[in-house]
Amino acid sequence: MIVYGVALLSACLILGMLIGEALGVMLGVEANVGGVGIAMLFLVLASNSRQFKALTEGAAGDGIKFWSAMYIPIVVAMAARQNVAAAVDGGLLALLAGVAAVVVSFALVPVLSKIGKPKPVDQPQDGGPA
Amino acid sequence: MEIFETVFVRNNLIVAFALVGVTIWFSYWLADKLTQGRIHGSAIAIALGLVAAYFGGIATGGNTGLADVAMLGGIGLMGGGMLRDFAIVATAFGVQLSELKKAGLAGVISIFAGVIVSFVVGAAISVMFGYTDPAEITTIGAGAVTYIVGPVTGEAIGASNEVITLSVAAGLVKSILVMIGTPLVARFIGLDNPQSAMVFGGLMGTTSGVAAGLAATDPKLVPYGAMTATFYTGVGCLLGPSILFFIVNGMF
Repeated sequence: MIVYGVALLSACLILGMLIGEALGVMLGVEANVGGVGIAMLFLVLASNSRQFKALTEGAAGDGIKFWSAMYIPIVVAMAARQNVAAAVDGGLLALLAGVAAVVVSFALVPVLSKIGKPKPVDQPQDGGPA
Repeated sequence: MEIFETVFVRNNLIVAFALVGVTIWFSYWLADKLTQGRIHGSAIAIALGLVAAYFGGIATGGNTGLADVAMLGGIGLMGGGMLRDFAIVATAFGVQLSELKKAGLAGVISIFAGVIVSFVVGAAISVMFGYTDPAEITTIGAGAVTYIVGPVTGEAIGASNEVITLSVAAGLVKSILVMIGTPLVARFIGLDNPQSAMVFGGLMGTTSGVAAGLAATDPKLVPYGAMTATFYTGVGCLLGPSILFFIVNGMF
């Protein structure tokens, strides 16, 4: 049943969000701390475990794959609802602060990517799981 | 005309599905014909979305881009936080736990490094523009972290409304630039494997920027980048009004 996968996905998100919200309250922060990331961990654990097979294989798995495939269309809609006009209106200071933060962060990606790699030179470039 | 409006408004989410579908079809066609596939179709679709958001914002004066146009309100629901987070979590399906462990430490470090670096850069630029009040410098620095951290920090430490608005604008610039810039620089910063994607998510932190930037680069990398990025805003809200403000306060 497709809905089993969708329900598993929903349960992961709700559980992750609850924990993220509780973490925020505990830390005294007005934000959800990592709720989505925690939810993703739950889904990874469930999809790697045998106990949840009935919820992740066959048609049930298709229910999760559908939402995974809807990701790019949803991101396109997300782009269309950004407050681009306000960003353009922000003036030079906002523009410079945003651009500089991005440029410096981009430059740090290769530097920090080396952390925790035992053999950075010999390691084959792996494109990730298919 | 009225019939159109009734049907479109009443079924706005469905209208959004159709509109986004046509946009993506057109974008992939453009990517194929005009750039011979050198620019990813989804990168073009995201750019078109941003352009539409600009004109939507100008036309309506609202703050959710195209979604403020009454007949296209469904864009707001489809691209809103709820469905976005749902789809992001779904991308984690099939991810191997071992991949996450490999980049765990680098991912955690990158979150803190990303928040601090963006903050310092934003704060330094506000000083260059002549700001001397610690609360204002901190708020603009926090805006360079993300457009959520800016106002959360600004309100916590009592910055003026204009400065808070400015911090939101800085965060928006960052988010939009990450969406557009990521596919262009991916090759040069080694963004082609799960580990560097996790570091990338932690360093950039803007969930929407990372989500769209990686989608336009290589959809396989999305879950890794999104995983770390979703901790970033929380860490930013934690550090901004506390340690980072105290440090700035001690300096000015």
